[in-house]
Amino acid sequence: MPVRETFWNIPHWAEIAQYILGFLTLVIFAYGVLRRVRRWRQGRPEKRNDRLGTRLLSVFTHAIGQVRLAQDPYAGIMHLTIFWGMVALLMGTILATVDWDVTRLLWGFQFLQGEVYLYYELVLDIFGLLLLVGLGMAAYRRYVLRPQRLKNLTNSALSRDDAYALGMLTLIAITGYLVEGLRIAVLQPEWAAWSPVGRVLASMFASLGDPTNRNLHLTIWTAHTLIAFVFIASIPYTKLFHIASVPLNIFFRSLKPAGALAPASVEGSLGVRTGDDFTWKQILDFESCIRCGRCQENCPAFASGSVLSPREVMIKLEAYLWERNDSKMLHGDVIRADELWACTTCRACVQLCPAFIDHLAVFTDLRRHLVNEGQVDRMLQDALDSLARYGNSFCQPERQRARWTQTIQPKIKDARKEAVEYLWIVGDYASYHANLIPLTQKTAEIFQYAGLDFGILYEGERNSGNDVRRVGEEGLFEMLVEKNAAAISRCSYSAVVTTDPHTFNTLKNEYPSETFDHRPVLHYAQLLDQLILSGRLRFSRKLDYYVTYHDPCYLGRYNGIYAAPRRVIASTGCKLIEMPRCGERAFCCGAGGGRIWMEETGVQERPSEIRVREAAALPGVQAMVVACPKDFVMFKDAVKTAGYEDRLVIKDLSELVLEAI
Amino acid sequence: MNLIVAIKLVPDLVEELKINEEGNFLDLESLRLRVNEFDEHALEQAILLKERGAGRVIVIALDGEGVEDALFTAAAKGADQVIKLTGNTMPLVSNHTLARWLAPVIKSLQPSLVLTGVQAHNDLDGPLGPLLAEYLDLPYVGYVAKATMKDGEVEIRKEYPGGLAAEMEIDLPAVLGIQAAEQPPRYIAFSRIRQAMKTVQLEERQIPDPFIEEPIAIARLFQPEIGERAEIISGDVDEIAARLVDIFTDLDLL
Amino acid sequence: MKQEIFVLIEHLQGRVTDISYLMLAAARGITEKLDGNVVALLLGHNQRALANDLAADRILYFDHPDLAHFTPGAYQRVIGSLIEENKPRLALFGDTSIGVEVAGPLSARLNLPLVSYCKSLQVENNAIKFTSQICGGKLMAEGELPSPTALVTMIPGAYKAEQGRSVTPGVVVQASVPQLDKHPVRFLQYIEPETGDVDITKEALLISVGRGIQSQDNLEIIQELADALGGVVCASRPVVDQGWLPATRLVGKSGKRVKPKVYLALGISGATEHVEAITDSEVIIAVNTDPLAPIFNLAKYGATVDLLDLVPALTEAVKQATVKA
Repeated sequence: MPVRETFWNIPHWAEIAQYILGFLTLVIFAYGVLRRVRRWRQGRPEKRNDRLGTRLLSVFTHAIGQVRLAQDPYAGIMHLTIFWGMVALLMGTILATVDWDVTRLLWGFQFLQGEVYLYYELVLDIFGLLLLVGLGMAAYRRYVLRPQRLKNLTNSALSRDDAYALGMLTLIAITGYLVEGLRIAVLQPEWAAWSPVGRVLASMFASLGDPTNRNLHLTIWTAHTLIAFVFIASIPYTKLFHIASVPLNIFFRSLKPAGALAPASVEGSLGVRTGDDFTWKQILDFESCIRCGRCQENCPAFASGSVLSPREVMIKLEAYLWERNDSKMLHGDVIRADELWACTTCRACVQLCPAFIDHLAVFTDLRRHLVNEGQVDRMLQDALDSLARYGNSFCQPERQRARWTQTIQPKIKDARKEAVEYLWIVGDYASYHANLIPLTQKTAEIFQYAGLDFGILYEGERNSGNDVRRVGEEGLFEMLVEKNAAAISRCSYSAVVTTDPHTFNTLKNEYPSETFDHRPVLHYAQLLDQLILSGRLRFSRKLDYYVTYHDPCYLGRYNGIYAAPRRVIASTGCKLIEMPRCGERAFCCGAGGGRIWMEETGVQERPSEIRVREAAALPGVQAMVVACPKDFVMFKDAVKTAGYEDRLVIKDLSELVLEAI
Repeated sequence: MNLIVAIKLVPDLVEELKINEEGNFLDLESLRLRVNEFDEHALEQAILLKERGAGRVIVIALDGEGVEDALFTAAAKGADQVIKLTGNTMPLVSNHTLARWLAPVIKSLQPSLVLTGVQAHNDLDGPLGPLLAEYLDLPYVGYVAKATMKDGEVEIRKEYPGGLAAEMEIDLPAVLGIQAAEQPPRYIAFSRIRQAMKTVQLEERQIPDPFIEEPIAIARLFQPEIGERAEIISGDVDEIAARLVDIFTDLDLL
Repeated sequence: MKQEIFVLIEHLQGRVTDISYLMLAAARGITEKLDGNVVALLLGHNQRALANDLAADRILYFDHPDLAHFTPGAYQRVIGSLIEENKPRLALFGDTSIGVEVAGPLSARLNLPLVSYCKSLQVENNAIKFTSQICGGKLMAEGELPSPTALVTMIPGAYKAEQGRSVTPGVVVQASVPQLDKHPVRFLQYIEPETGDVDITKEALLISVGRGIQSQDNLEIIQELADALGGVVCASRPVVDQGWLPATRLVGKSGKRVKPKVYLALGISGATEHVEAITDSEVIIAVNTDPLAPIFNLAKYGATVDLLDLVPALTEAVKQATVKA
């Protein structure tokens, strides 16, 4: 009768010792967890207890389902096998404990017997094998392939931590199999076939003979036990803690729209000055980082050769908070200003992080401090001064904002004076920049052609404040919102449309809801899509271009609008070829986060040039279509400086649509 | 010690400058004012001196559009006291008038050092600094790019053309016309200015004798004629480049 | 009685500054129409030789050890008592680090009207009119200079230095220096400008950059253009203040006055402090995205495109033209 003989060959003292050690392990483990929880509670408050149902579902999808992780297939298989392998073995151990110490002791029966036991053995053997496969894949990637994103260049202690985790798991798995193999070699049960791996190992041990095998069994069983206990006890002290912290981090993730930045956690929008200013959630973020490096791999700032690596920032912050070394300054020693300023706020890091870390929230909070201390470079200072004085970053008078309308006939309605159906908030770049004015005029033409009842705010419009906020100037952002909201609320309109995704993002997600009073805020790609679908906008020609489309960060990743612009492109007759990094993984042009207002230093290859190269590499592609004025400016410039003028043309969506009309 | 900074609001040149109907002054309706750029340097220099332990900074300005913003910004940057001079009927007056109005108020503040910008672009009757110094009966040095306080003296660096400079020492009290502060005017976060608006008391002082003296009468104020302007080359950058190459060739440069 | 026009001659490091000659030319323009004398005022110590090429009817030379270097106190004392005694029709000063510190205080002390930023003087119907350039060059103001005595500070632009130079020196009178008391302002020493760099005042082709350059990295393309054209890169104040170019390349009121054949002004708005130093250029070509920039008042040719777009195209075009030639 197959039954689990849990402590076969184990002397009584060892059995007792195991329980004592087990208890000790739990104490050490609990203390470690307590230490961490205490640290979280030292953080500033942040509300994350809404919508518990959605939160639980996230944990299911992302902590158990590990959907994000699996987007990299190799990593997906690797981690899921390790994860399910360990889960299975853990369940196995729990079942064995219950079987031996509960049901057997209290009620005199064992359920791990007969067929149940046979399937139990088989499942565990298979999962153990999967675990080893996963561990092998992990070791191969880390030590043979050696991808850039896993390298710990600044801190070798981290590499030891990585090796420890892999090493311990491997040792546990291997010693576990060895123990099984040795037991089977001695006992030679009939049902050995149900433990295939164990049976193979047993045949290798068969030649050693009985006393040797029994002694070996005890020795390796002891080793396995000790290693397992050390492993468990060490969880809260090593990267293994991600087993707990990542699901927690996923549970407590922000459920607000991606485009809504958290307000400053410190009174007066001061931002984070020292480690004491981080919120508990931010601390949890740092602890959840398992240094996978996906953020770094997709970061445009890092790719361009700047000093910023989101991964390094998370690692440094975690280390800093543990050290609590008073002689080290958070700003300056741990994190340098140029690292913070290099971020374009493209959100690739946040979007792709399997641990759901919000790097951007931390960067913005740190930037808020820099702004508060006046540590901004001259160009940025000039831009902010200009925004405060003139409502635009070009140091142009407010009066000139609507200069581009002078050639439009009939005159565009003044939404401040007349009621309109669509309130068109044009945006700074589209209004003032010499290269963009023709595009804005084309958009106006399209609207007029479609018979749209639209108007603009003329001089009443100011910079929407999206990038001002991302730069960390909360105070100025609030002022701009006040002015714009006041101007908007005096108008009579049914919907808002804007040509700039940055403007779109903040209007939709960050302006007080009273401003628009539930009226829809649209990006013009969405509006064009609607007009085309409803038949209000018809095309007279079919364009035959082979084009690719660059998803603007603030339209795509931030607001999930991927399909509408593509439908518009398709309806003009153009054939769309996607770039390798498209949709959610689109590679930022480098202008966001206020970077277009900053000096460009320490950059080897601009993100816009990298992107243009990517587009030009697509066979047969003639043009890259953009839906953001800053993208247009950045890529046009990049095409020139990278020398692709004969190869690639940059076209705005409006140009395409107008051509097809 | 009291470091007094006198700041002046001047026409904002970013905006279009409109002439009034008589053709002899700016159209006051469309006029927008901003702080004189050199006065911002004067304020920055004063704050730097304060940070090095020189004393208190008091900022004073004549009432006009945006004067409160300017004074609260100065307070946010570190000014200890901000004063608005009220009672004027015009936003722009001659520097002789302004100096005469400022002098008694500044005198009452017991200045050790008075700082103001070396010039402003609308100084038709000479810059404010030398006039103010004279009405205060104090010495004046202008084009100052560096200032160090010593016992009862200030040591300054005065700029001359061509990169030449002179080191001079001046007995206090004195008036300095600042050409450039030792570092560019600092950035001050908007929230700090808002904070200052809530917490800082803005003092008001009446001009004792608001008589406006205009020693120079402008007969005509006008924008330079279009005819005098450059021949603008049009087209895209390649066309412009080609035309420029022609010009260079004509000038025997190529 | 002949009306006198005083001109305060400025000199630094043993050389009379250009503005002094310009003022002499301006004064001459007045005295030719009205019955007057141009009186040059030269203050110094053992520097009588500086009077040798001044185009004036009379040169008053004041010699005193305390006048060896400019100090406001001594200059004000000398000029002030001279004006009080002689009551000239006009006293001209440079709108400079020297002139303003004499004219300004004296205007208040002696209660005499003062006109600044004066570009030119004209005689109309027996009255002397001034034309001043204010508001960064965006506005011109005209008016009459009040009688009996008016002080004027002048900026370059309307006269050529040659007009103020003379081969036949005027009459030099050694004048007596009034009592010079100890003054609160004392000269200590000069700080010499850096040397070792190219002297932009001697260059025939200057490519000058201003705020429009936006970042230090963009200087690369400017240097390429300069190399292609065989010219030298210089700059206006904002660029030098940032440290992107050394002070030896500064063109402006506090920098150098230049007289190139061609001055290519890229991203420079044309503020007075800069523009007054380039008025001796033969041809000025300006590139600025603002069509209303004052630089276009002075330039012969202009373009309203972004210099960052134009410069690479121009460098290319120049290189090709050089190859062809």
